[in-house]
Amino acid sequence: METIQTDVAIIGAGGAGLRAAIALAQADPKLRIALISKVYPMRSHTCAAEGGAAGVIKADDSMKQHFDDTVGGGDWLSDQDAVEYFIHEAPKELTQLEHWGCPWNREADGSVAVRPFGGMKIQRTWFAADKSGFHILHTLFQTSLQFDNIQRYDEFFATDLLVDDGRCQGLTAIEMRSGQMRCFLAGAVIIAGGGAGRMFPFNTNGAIKTGDGMALAYRAGVPLKDMEFVQYHPTGLPNTGTLLTEACRGEGGVLLNKDGYRFLQDYGMGPETPLGKPVLKTMELGPRDRVSQSIWHEIRKGRAVKTPWGDCVWLDMRHLGEKKINERLPFVRDISISYLGVDPVTDMVPIRPVVHYMMGGIHTDINAATPLPGLFAAGECACVSINGANRLGSNSLVEILVFGHRAGLSALEHARGVGRSSEAALSAQAEAAQGRVRALFMRNAGKESIAGLRKEMTDTMEEGAGIYRTQEGLAKTCDKLSELRRRYADVALHDKTNVYNTDLLSALELGSMLDCAEAVAVSGRERRESRGAHQRLDFTARDDANYLRHSLAHYRGSEPPNIDYRDVVITTSPPGVRDYSGAKK
Amino acid sequence: MSENRMAIRQVELEVLRYNPETDDEPKFQRYSVPCKNEWCILDALNYLKDNLDPTLSYRWSCHMQVCGSCGMMINGEPKLACKAMVRDYAGVIRIEPLSHFPIERDLVAVADDFMAKLKRVKPYLIPGEKRSLADGEYQQTPEQLARYRKYAMCINCMLCYAACPEYGLTPKFIGPGAISLAHRYNQDSRDGGRDLRQEEIATNEGVWECTFVGACSEVCPKHVDPASALQQVKVASTVDWYLEHFMSWVKK
Repeated sequence: METIQTDVAIIGAGGAGLRAAIALAQADPKLRIALISKVYPMRSHTCAAEGGAAGVIKADDSMKQHFDDTVGGGDWLSDQDAVEYFIHEAPKELTQLEHWGCPWNREADGSVAVRPFGGMKIQRTWFAADKSGFHILHTLFQTSLQFDNIQRYDEFFATDLLVDDGRCQGLTAIEMRSGQMRCFLAGAVIIAGGGAGRMFPFNTNGAIKTGDGMALAYRAGVPLKDMEFVQYHPTGLPNTGTLLTEACRGEGGVLLNKDGYRFLQDYGMGPETPLGKPVLKTMELGPRDRVSQSIWHEIRKGRAVKTPWGDCVWLDMRHLGEKKINERLPFVRDISISYLGVDPVTDMVPIRPVVHYMMGGIHTDINAATPLPGLFAAGECACVSINGANRLGSNSLVEILVFGHRAGLSALEHARGVGRSSEAALSAQAEAAQGRVRALFMRNAGKESIAGLRKEMTDTMEEGAGIYRTQEGLAKTCDKLSELRRRYADVALHDKTNVYNTDLLSALELGSMLDCAEAVAVSGRERRESRGAHQRLDFTARDDANYLRHSLAHYRGSEPPNIDYRDVVITTSPPGVRDYSGAKK
Repeated sequence: MSENRMAIRQVELEVLRYNPETDDEPKFQRYSVPCKNEWCILDALNYLKDNLDPTLSYRWSCHMQVCGSCGMMINGEPKLACKAMVRDYAGVIRIEPLSHFPIERDLVAVADDFMAKLKRVKPYLIPGEKRSLADGEYQQTPEQLARYRKYAMCINCMLCYAACPEYGLTPKFIGPGAISLAHRYNQDSRDGGRDLRQEEIATNEGVWECTFVGACSEVCPKHVDPASALQQVKVASTVDWYLEHFMSWVKK
């Protein structure tokens, strides 16, 4: 097996991975950085983020207010020391991106413009029309091209971490083009592999978001934290799940039931605000968890809009006018027309809540370090945690920058202090990893299909671990996932060739998703309270006495994970009431 | 948004198959796929892979026209499979990998040449005036932003390369996408790297290879209009030449 020697290996080349790579390249031009990704960097799902990135720069804003919005938005499950670090670094990172050429929207005087966003009390979201993530990703990717010491391994699928002497020292990855396994030996490894939303049937996520990075760490013994918190975005196109950015509402779009009534006022987010004059942290600018949950209740009350794709509510942007829609939301208009045949300039758009983001992920501390020495993680695959039980829109694009940067510097510090333990031991592990993939190739008798198992997995996730959960539903889903993980051992490939074998890739991705899905369901079953995005019909209140704690799911091979807990870090903001009513002002 | 978007019809797909390990040359394989009227071609391929033939390989991810993965030839035209709608095609739909690139496997094109050219044109900001983070952001008015924003929309999908007859004939041509991105930075008020980029693009392998067919702009799914970028680079480089040769006392 070909072995590649490197100082720091990064798995994932989206926003967090690229930010880490650039930080490393700038810190030391002699450093060897291996940037390994199953797709070309610009295909990473950062590109799909639309709305923008939050950072305090305006005179009427303050760090304290961004802190309060984030901690309250997260239903007090965020670690407050991490949030403090995050909000202080945010404006620096966004300015850095500006210096690298990011085409942020501007005020007439040439300064960076900000827009309102859900759950934020002050306008602080930097944006590049409705393609903010796309521009951030391409700015980072293009900037990375000037550093010759960033060695990219595009279309390499990481299969295993190499751990010896109690620390992570590399990984194995399949080169898609040849089908050959490669061994990367590194002083430190950073995982920046993104989320796992594809475990649900109706989601905004790209096909690549299958939790591979999370599964890598989990199987190597690093716990997955707060996995039960899965964010539903309120406004997905009902047929494809395609995201319509929160900026639709930030710019003044409103949500209506079948009678044309702005129902959010019935769910503690009123009173109704004037049309075209959105009020921050009120009505349509409530946080995602609350807005999505209100839509669910409204549908249950029989006030849904019936569509061929199921029950929806209306997103009405018509009053914004063609000019504003073209200027601020051009992409929203494009995709509504092409996938649904609805033009938001002239028609209301039917929408329904859609799985969007994992608040949980690889357990990391404020330095982006996991409990496994030598292993770091950043971005959606990690859980620091700044997002707590519910992420605010426009915090994640900043998170990838702040903690991608941090992960790079932490990994460098670690890599400088260590040598390899035993190359023989690491090689043996790499050979074993290769053996497992070979066994999958050689398996002939398998009767399970990848597509079939995937469908059963997504169905059970929606049924038992969806937007509202019960003990019974979660228990059933846990049982089903145990069964599916057993049956996964019976998957056989139809394609036994080496070059760009997507049958193999799909099988490995399904394995990642099943492991992550089980962590979601079991963590959810054990959290007997409602908090943020985790809503239980049988335990409807938040329970700080028992659950003001992070869950940690520990991998146990073919057995379901073991769950234990860890205290939330509280510095200045004791748990309070989340108030999104207009009356508070 | 009428009910008939859900209507299903059998659609014949003729898909190019090529596996370098087992095939001497590419061949077409016919599939009959039950397609919903509202589907894009990518939905049809996903149905095919999940239900009819798991051995077909193609790239895709976002299904929302922004990741640039799923570029392919559909009835001879370069398209994003997530943007081409099944209902817009009658009869057999022929699907091939992007033209002008080697085939890695089935519908997967080898992207090495494009990636190398992208790096070559220095598509990153080379600041005219250095600023520290403490200095805050560069000022850039909405008008200055508008001068380059269109060219910043490139998703690197490579459709313009598959459409460009020049690139087909002369593979050393840097090509529409990469030149547009170089032009994007040249037009940015914060940038001072134009001379460095012109060394790459105002050359025979650069814009002077372009014969202004304009196919690149026609197929661009993001309306980047590479043809206009190339024309502007040609004009600018002509002006540079005159300034250098006849008016060398004038500062560019």
